[in-house]
Formats: sequence, C-alpha cells, structure tokens
Amino acid sequence: MKYAAPVTVEEAQHLLASDEEAQVFAGATDLIPQIRAGRKQPPLTVDLKRIPRLVNMRVEGNTWVIGAAVSAAQLSSNPDLAVDFPGMTEAAALIGSDQIQSRATLGGNLCNASPAADTVPAMIVNGAVGVIATSEGTRMVPVSDIAIGPGSTCLAPGEFLLELLVERPPLRTADAYLRFIPRTEMDIAVVGAAARVTLAEDGVVESSRIAIGAVAPTVLRVDEAEAALAGRVIDDDLLDEIATAASERGSPITDKRGTADFRRHVVGVLTKRVVAAAAQRAGGSQ
Amino acid sequence: MTTTQPEYKWVGTRPVRHDGLDKVTGRARYGADLALPGMLVGVVVRSPHPHANIVSIDTSRAELIDGVKAIVVGADFPVIGHDDSADAGEGVVDYRDLSRNVIARDKVLYEGHPVAAIAATSSTAARMAAEAIEIQYETLPYVLTVDEAMAENAPILHDDLITKGVSTSMGETNIASRELHEGGDLDAGFAQADVVVEREFTTKAVHQGYIEPHAVVADTGEDGRSVVWCSSQGHFLVRTQTAKVLGWEPSQIKVIPAEIGGGFGGKTTIYLEPLAVMLSAKAGRPVKLVMSRDEVFRASGPTSATRIRVKIGADKDGKITAAQAWLAYTAGAFKGSPVGPGCDCILTPYVIENFLIEGYDVVTNTAKVTAYRAPGAPMAAFASETVLDEIADELGIDPIDLRLRNAVKEGARAVYGPKFRRVGFIETLEAIKDHPHYKTPLGPNQGRGIASGFWFNGGLESSATVNINEDGTAVVVTGSPDIGGSRAAMAQMAAEELGIDVYRIRPVVADTESVGFTDVTGGSRVTFATGMAVVEACRKVVGLLSERAAKVWGVDQSEVEWVDGQAQHVLGAHSPLTIEEIADGAADTGGPVTASAAVNARGVGMAFSTQLCDVEVDTETGAVKILRYTTAQDAGRAIHPSYVEGQMQGGVAQGIGWALNEEYIYNNDGVMENPGFLDYRIPVASDLPMIDTVIVEVPNPNHPYGVRGVGEVGIVPPMAAVANAISDATGKRITDLPMSPTRIVKALMDNED
Amino acid sequence: MSRTHVTCTINGDEVEFLAFDGQTLLDALRDEVQLIGVKEGCSTGDCGACSVILDDMLTCSCLVFAPEVEGRSLTTVEGLAEGDQLHPLQQSFLEGAALQCGICTPGFLVAAKSLLDKNPDPTEEEVRYAVAGNLCRCTGYDKIVRSILSAAADIRETM
Ligand SMILES: Cc1cc2nc3c(=O)[nH]c(=O)nc-3n(C[C@H](O)[C@H](O)[C@H](O)COP(=O)(O)OP(=O)(O)OC[C@H]3O[C@@H](n4cnc5c(N)ncnc54)[C@H](O)[C@@H]3O)c2cc1C
Ligand code: FES
Ligand code: FES
Repeated sequence: MKYAAPVTVEEAQHLLASDEEAQVFAGATDLIPQIRAGRKQPPLTVDLKRIPRLVNMRVEGNTWVIGAAVSAAQLSSNPDLAVDFPGMTEAAALIGSDQIQSRATLGGNLCNASPAADTVPAMIVNGAVGVIATSEGTRMVPVSDIAIGPGSTCLAPGEFLLELLVERPPLRTADAYLRFIPRTEMDIAVVGAAARVTLAEDGVVESSRIAIGAVAPTVLRVDEAEAALAGRVIDDDLLDEIATAASERGSPITDKRGTADFRRHVVGVLTKRVVAAAAQRAGGSQ
Repeated sequence: MTTTQPEYKWVGTRPVRHDGLDKVTGRARYGADLALPGMLVGVVVRSPHPHANIVSIDTSRAELIDGVKAIVVGADFPVIGHDDSADAGEGVVDYRDLSRNVIARDKVLYEGHPVAAIAATSSTAARMAAEAIEIQYETLPYVLTVDEAMAENAPILHDDLITKGVSTSMGETNIASRELHEGGDLDAGFAQADVVVEREFTTKAVHQGYIEPHAVVADTGEDGRSVVWCSSQGHFLVRTQTAKVLGWEPSQIKVIPAEIGGGFGGKTTIYLEPLAVMLSAKAGRPVKLVMSRDEVFRASGPTSATRIRVKIGADKDGKITAAQAWLAYTAGAFKGSPVGPGCDCILTPYVIENFLIEGYDVVTNTAKVTAYRAPGAPMAAFASETVLDEIADELGIDPIDLRLRNAVKEGARAVYGPKFRRVGFIETLEAIKDHPHYKTPLGPNQGRGIASGFWFNGGLESSATVNINEDGTAVVVTGSPDIGGSRAAMAQMAAEELGIDVYRIRPVVADTESVGFTDVTGGSRVTFATGMAVVEACRKVVGLLSERAAKVWGVDQSEVEWVDGQAQHVLGAHSPLTIEEIADGAADTGGPVTASAAVNARGVGMAFSTQLCDVEVDTETGAVKILRYTTAQDAGRAIHPSYVEGQMQGGVAQGIGWALNEEYIYNNDGVMENPGFLDYRIPVASDLPMIDTVIVEVPNPNHPYGVRGVGEVGIVPPMAAVANAISDATGKRITDLPMSPTRIVKALMDNED
Repeated sequence: MSRTHVTCTINGDEVEFLAFDGQTLLDALRDEVQLIGVKEGCSTGDCGACSVILDDMLTCSCLVFAPEVEGRSLTTVEGLAEGDQLHPLQQSFLEGAALQCGICTPGFLVAAKSLLDKNPDPTEEEVRYAVAGNLCRCTGYDKIVRSILSAAADIRETM
C-alpha cells in the first residue's frame, strides 16, 4: 500500500489516473478502520490534505466555500460559521471524540456514504452543493445526490470532492442537528435529524427543510413534514404531526445499533425536537 | 465511618505508588512492549464458524511464502486426558479443555477458535500466510444461548459430556453440571408469606474490557527451555498451564511478568502462550503474538449470558420467609461457567430458612467464559435484588429497612453452608441510609435505587521475600502481578512492620524463578494473602535484625526490641542501632539479612457492598443518565484508601456499563457483530458522574491489619441498583440486560397499549 | 516491500525513521522510534490509548499513516516532563491515584494536556467530554477527572 501526498489538484488527478484502484483520503478515520477490517486494500492511498484548496474555508460573496478536507475541529471552531450554521457546526462537533474531530472531514463524512453520517443531514437542509474534480474540470452535485447507497457515491473513478458550497442563510433562518446515541459520546448515530426553518415576521413557518439519517440507505428529506409546517405556527400538535411524518418516512433496519421499531420511533422524537430547536433559533433566541 | 482502631504510621495513608513514575512517563513495559533481536511476529488463524468439524488443514502453500518461519496446528500439541485438572484459583481447570481452547483439534466450537498460528519476519507475511492456509470445515448447527443449548434435540458440542451433580445420566447433553442448595421447607415458607414476587431475568455475555490486549513474547532455546514474557494475573499459573498444554515440565519455562494493563479476571487463563512457545521452538527465534481488539472480543474472556428465575416471599413486616432461584449460565465452548458462585451468592446477604437454589452450567458455541470480577455474582444479584426491591415496594417498606430486617451478621449461616464470622453488611446498609445522598429530593423522570451484594474473597497461596539492602532500604519481592496499586499496599505493610519510611522500600513483582509460588491476582486476594506473606517475612527480618543487634551488643536477643526502624535495648544499656547501621555491618554479624515466607491463607474476610443510584430517564428516547452514585463497601481495613476507592469506583463503572449498554451481539451466522469499542459500549467519561465512596472498616480478625479483599464485590450491586432506579423513575421493571434505550422505550410503549 | 523515509519533530527532537507501506503512525512510533509509551488498545480510533498531539491537535496515532507526519511536529507522553520535572498533570495523576493498571494513562495525559493548553480552566463537564475519546476500564474516571481539574488549578496558580 503506497502513500502519496500531492500538493495540487492536477497532481492528485494524475496519481488517480495512474491506478484505477487508488483511493483518496482525508482524515483516514473511516479508511484505516476499513483497511484494518479487511474491507479495503487500496494499492495506493492519496492524501488530499496537502492541497491548499481542500483545507481552506472562507466566504465568497454570499457563499461559504468549505474545502472537502477541512477537519471537523476546524469547522466547529469557526465562530462565523457557527453564527450562520449552528446546526452544521454542532453536527461536526458531534463526530467521534476530540481525537477523531481533529482528523475527520466533511468530505470524508460525505464520501464514505454512511447513512448515519452526522454532517450530511445538516448539509442537506442547508442546500449544500459539492464541487467535484473531474478529468474535464469540475462538476457540481447537490450533497443530497452524492451518496447513493451505503458505501457508494455518484463519483466516477478518478473523481474526488474539492469543496462544498453553502449559501449563507436568509433572515430569520436557522438550522439544528440532533442525533440519538446510547452513550454520550463515541457512538455512531442510531438515528439523526436535521432541520432548517425560516420564519416569517409574524412567527409562522415560511419554509423548512428536514432531513433524517440512519433510517434508510441514504439520508432522506421529510417532505410531508416540511409541507405540514408551511404557513403554520409551531405548537405541540404540529410537532406531533411532523414526528409521525418522520417516523413513517424511513424504512429502517434492525442491526447492532438499534431495532427498526426503535429507529422509527426515535426519529420522530428527534425530528420534532430539532424543528423546535431550529425554529427557536430562527426566532432569535439560540 | 471508622470504628476505633490502632493507629498506624503507614497503613491507611496515601503514598504515591512506587511504580507510578514509570507509568506516567511512558516507561513502564506492558505485554506488547518487549522487542528482542531477531524477533518474529505471529498471527493466529481463527475459525469463522461457531461450530464445525475440521476436515483438513493444508499449510503447504503458506509455508512457501517469503518470511514465514513456522506454522503450528492442533496436531502439533499433545493429547491430554480429562482427568488432568487442577484448581487454578478462580475455579477448576480441565487441562484437556484448556488445551483444546488454546488450539482446536478435530472441531471448532466458536467463532474465533484458534486453528493455526504462524510466525514470520513481518506481520504482512504472517497475514498473507494466514490467508494461504487452506482449511476445510464441515459446518454444524450451533447453540448460542442457554435456551438453545438446553432445548430438546439441541446440537451437541461434546459427545462425551456428562452432567455432574445429577444421579441419572441425561444422555447427550450440553449441561455440564447442576448445582443445588436446599434448606428448610420451601412450601411452608411461601405459605407464611404475605407477598410473593416471582420474576424471570436474562443477561447477555459481557467482556472484562481491559484496555491492554493479550500479548506474549516467547524465546525458546535449543536446550528445550523457554522464557515467556507476558502480562497476566498470575505468571505461575501461566507457567503451569503453558507447560501442561505443551506436555512440558513447568521448570522448563520461566515466565517474566510484564506490567499488566487490566485483567478483571480475564487474564487468569492462557491463550497465546503455548502457541508462541511452540512457534519459537520451531523457528528457533523469539516470537511475539499480540491479539487485536477484535480477537480479544471474539476469543477471550467474556462472562456468561444467563437466564435466572427468582421467587421470594416475605411477611408483612418484611421478613423473608422463603426464596427460590433457578440459574442457567453459558459456559462457552467448554464447561466451567461461574454458576456455582452465582448460586452461592444469590441470596447470601440474607438470613433465609427455607430455600431452594438450583443452577446449571451450560456449554454453548461461544468463546469459553473466563472469570470476570466476582464471577457469577453480579447477574444473580441483578435478579434477587430487583425482586427484593419489588417486595419492599409492595409492602411499603423502605428498601434499606427491608434489607436490614433480613441482613446476615456474625453467626448466621450462609445458604451455601458456612457460618459468617464478623462481617460488615449491616454497616454498609447503615452507611447508605445515613448518607446525605439518600435524602436529597428527586425531580421529574428521576428515580433512585439501592442494591446490595456479597462476595467471598479469596485466600490461596502466596510467597514473599524481604531483602535488606546494604543501605538499610528494603526490597519486598512477591509473585503477585500488580493491577491496581497492590505494590504500594505491600510497601505500606512492610514499612509498618520494619518501622521505616515507605519510600525506603522497593516492592517488586518477580519472575517465576525469583520468588516462591504464588497464585493469581484474583479473588480480591492479593492485599489479604500476599500481604500476609509480606508481613510474615518482615517479622522474620525484624527477628534477624534484632538478633544482629544482640550480637553487636553481646546481649541475649530477648533484651532487644525493634522500634521505629531501630533496635533498642530494653533497659537502655546500649544506644539504639538503626536498620542502616545493622545493614551496613551485616557482613560481620552473619551476612545479608533476608527472609522469606509463604502462606496458604485461611480466614478470608467476606465482603459486602451497598450502593445507591439516581437516574434520569428520557421517556421519549429511553436514554438513561446516571445522575449520582454512592457506594459503601466493607474493606476490613483500607491499607491505601485511594486504591480501595479506585476499586470501588471501577467496579461500579463496569456494573453501570453492564446495566445499560454492554452486550455481545451475534448475527444469524453465530458471528459476533460488535467486536470493537465503538459498538461494544463501555462507559466513557462523559457517561458517568463522580462516584462517591464510603469505605466501611469492619476489620477482618484473621489478617494482621484487618484486610478484606476489595476488588470484586463492587461490581455485584450496580445492575440491580440501576434497574431499581429506572423502575422508580418510570414505574417499569426491566428484567433483561442491558437496559438499553431500545428496551426502555419498548417497555414504556407497552405501557401505553 | 518499500519503505518511506520520514523526518519529523518528536518531543522537540528531530527524528528520522523508515516507515513501511501502510504503516500507521502508532506502529511506527512503537516499532521504529521505540516510543513505547504510545499504547495500542484497539487500533481503530476507539480507545485513545495511542493519543499524540500532532501540530497542536490531539490525534489517535493509530488513525494516521506514518508518512503523513513528514515535516510535522509531535508530542507523546515521553515529551511531557521537562528533564526531571514532571508535568503538573503527571504529578497530579500520581498524587490523585488516577491510574490503576496505567495502560490508559499516557493517552489520558496527552489528551488532558491538549485540553489544558487550550482551556486552562475547564469545568468538570468539559473535562469529561474532552477525554471521552479515552477509555479507562479500571478507575470509573472519577480520580482521572479530579486529577485533571487539580492539575489545571496548579498550572493556573503558577502562571
Ligand atoms: C472512533 C470513531 C468515531 C466516529 N464517530 C463518528 C460520528 O460520531 N459521526 C460520524 O458521522 N462519523 C463518525 N465516525 C466516522 C468518520 O470519522 C467520519 O465519517 C469522518 O467524517 C470521515 O472523514 P475522514 O476525512 O476521516 O474520511 P476518510 O477516512 O479519509 O475517507 C472516508 C471515505 O471517503 C472518501 N473520501 C474522503 N475524502 C474524499 C474526497 N475529498 N473526495 C472523494 N472521496 C473522499 C475516501 O476515499 C473514503 O472512502 C467515527 C469514526 C471513528 C473511528
Ligand atoms: S489504539 Fe488508537 S484509539 Fe485505540
Ligand atoms: S487505569 Fe487501567 S485502563 Fe485506565
């Protein structure tokens, strides 16, 4: 297993072109355990962290540009990002331990394509778009379309994610992310839920996006709940309504982390809690 | 909470442990930290099936791989008969079973069962060879639980297994033994009861979870002797067992103890050592074998999964009138679950006249169980202590008062036979009752639970040597691996006896050729039994030192007293001689001052613990937060209170993990699904509050300093304490471990229907 | 098998070693640099026994490929003491009996140092979350958390 650390996008593309089975990585927090477990044996690993564009985050115009290899620690300690996207920030801050967060990246979390990845629902509700390096240049794909099933993405061989673009939120808009784990830290989400809510001046919900994780092969939007929220004031009955919608939306499985019934139930609980949290933030109180 | 006791200078203080510096600087060497010149690395090839016949093993392709220096399979090891067995300190060991657990012969009995081992110049080469070994299996139906294994027409693991403890033969069976304790008149007892509660419980296999994986380096010479370096809870046991499996004499093997990174009972047996010795013998080079975490989970350690039924009756004053218990424990692939101690401990804290306790040791296609802290008792207490809680509830009696009403004290007879000497159970109950924690108010969705537990503690054999150096310092040599600060305790007792500063004593753990035979560090026995040997050796040394002083003064030894590290003449006729002076002049008075002592310790002090737990339950998600925890335990005498507290806190933390999240999960192929710390969820720091400790000291009259063991009993009550607290918070009694969010949500939803 | 030459700074000293293909930093530190204070409890990022500080960030060395540290700077438990002078954390762990078997201790010390370097006055809860990636099976964490808090107080006092 060879190791290469290109410093430009072109160099990385060159390396990937040299070997079909070459694999890019950023934090390696998914890759190394997968190699250990014998699930992957790439002949060449290409470290993306020495390419400046991938480890940089900034605002350009009205858009956040976040390098695919920016670490969760870098992300969650950025005070400006936390103002715009408290939910995305909290999702990044939930990944593993401090040790894991100094390595784990947004790009890795997304491209590992686990249905339980914490930052993905949060990116999706914020309408994040991935910029993918291709042999011709770049192409843009919404985050919701990048993972297409457990462990697989829409990326073609030789392609990799360069950066993520997220529009800054409009007024009276906020996001939130919640997950359920049996311990307080160091677990993979049994279920996760993200919401972004925009309130009208009178406090009714103008628009919302809700995404739930670990209840289907990929992260799901809960359209019924979004529709139910539109134009209404959030109260307990409405929250129960969207909880039911979220519970019915997924097709969870039973595995070592939880039963299907439990996931179905708790995703509803989290959805109502996360919508309430986002709405409260959007209303001005954190 | 101390009764009046003699004042000591060192015993009861908190000196910095002698081995501490090396451990905070990274210098201490654990099992995997030794590298020898020319050393090979090994891997173990393990069964992917829970139950299968081995049809053939072909190593020829693997042997051709570059760098591969030796391969061993089951056929390389001698055949051992069933009659060869011995008491290893934590239960009887059948060497035939042990040998077949170390490496499978004709049959694999669990996923992870070793089938072959390879030594090579690199781990890559060894892994390639592992893949190149061709093993043909004929898979067999398997059983994972006591229910499956005891069912009619169940697949049978061992066709020669005979159930011990029953009069008639049961035919082919997976039941290795039946235990029975009976007393009084059960029916009459239940007839006197005003309330009878009967419940059935299940618990899952859980692992000791020590952070250091098993590791060994073996260097076998051409003279047919091997030096084995490994971390274990007993290097003499490693020597005996390794020799047995190899068909060698114990004297052919020298075992050097490494520092040990946790054991909790799980390192009171051997796995890798005979493989490493044999590989090293074949290759003619030192060989190192280290388990991965995955292997640790799949193939070492866990304790039993169980099904337990408990029925207890009490009159309206809370007096227990009768009790009945039925326990079945998985043993894993070979007989020897801790159902025996489970039966012995389940009702032992209470005076019960009418009882029937029945236990079954059941073999299953899972890793052979190994001792885990108070083996067998925690799951039993989970059952009995929650039933008692329910009785207290129904009678409207405070759960501590209910226990006080029935608690054993000196002179009472335990259900398994012996009479109690002075014990401190009542004192632990009172300590909790008087604790401010017991009176604090609770909020919504919060609940409080208490539970108690009993453990025998161990005695067994220990040796110690005390050498006085030329400068008057002392070396205390024992054969007890130190897993939690026992060296400091040895030094403290020696300091007390010799009358010198604790830091002028160097406590060391010596190899099997440098100190007398010593049983395992287990059964909470080290401070008690090895401590006795140390005290005895010190007293001999004091005798020698006094004799030397008598010689210098030309007086009879009876005129010499040993006070504060110096010899004094009873009449003050001579100025005192310090230990330094005597040591310095030892050459002229008879040579070096040294003495050894060995004990087979009797008179262990039994241990009780009572614990109090507050929880908060998120009724929508089933998440349980431990808000506050207090544990009271009778230590007899705390030699080093910090490490006594540490044992108490560690036991509680493990028990909380067992209560809430820890479990072996198997898939449909009988393969463990969660062999890593991400999904085998032991508590992390943010899961727990501070764990308050109350050390109760009711001295053990049979130990020079009153010591009882403290290592084990702390893990007995927590599961029941947590369950009782959850019940208090939610009104739901969870009878299956772990009480995971899934289970709790399910219980609460059943409520709504 | 080819090997990669790696130069980096470990505990203030420039160190060179040859890393095997695919070798993790944990294995390289233990096997090539002989820094055995870095422990392996799982090799999958779950236990924290292998914690090191890599360019100011707390990291599991088992989740880093060895060649990644080319030109970078590392602190391991061996680098905490200055000569004979123990780090206040080491001292408080000793005095507070924060270790039983001690296998987790190097990882906890490194993680705690990383915390206190960034946050000299953490709350109990902050300490607990900061070391949640470090498993200890012996102590129940009580004495570890207390020792970190007391070292933090000591450090603040001497500053
Ligand atoms: C102990 C532990 C705890 C964890 N806890 C959590 C948790 O709480 N929540 C959670 O969501 N995850 C968790 N994870 C998983 C993991 O840390 C995250 O998924 C992390 O974000 C992955 O990022 P990485 O940079 O380390 O990925 P890598 O391992 O570097 O890569 C992962 C995959 O993505 C691909 N990839 C990486 N970057 C790119 C790119 N730019 N373009 C194309 N493909 C790319 C790689 O080829 C690889 O297949 C945990 C892991 C561990 C070991
Ligand atoms: S060995 Fe690296 S986290 Fe366990
Ligand atoms: S002291 Fe043993 S694991 Fe922490």
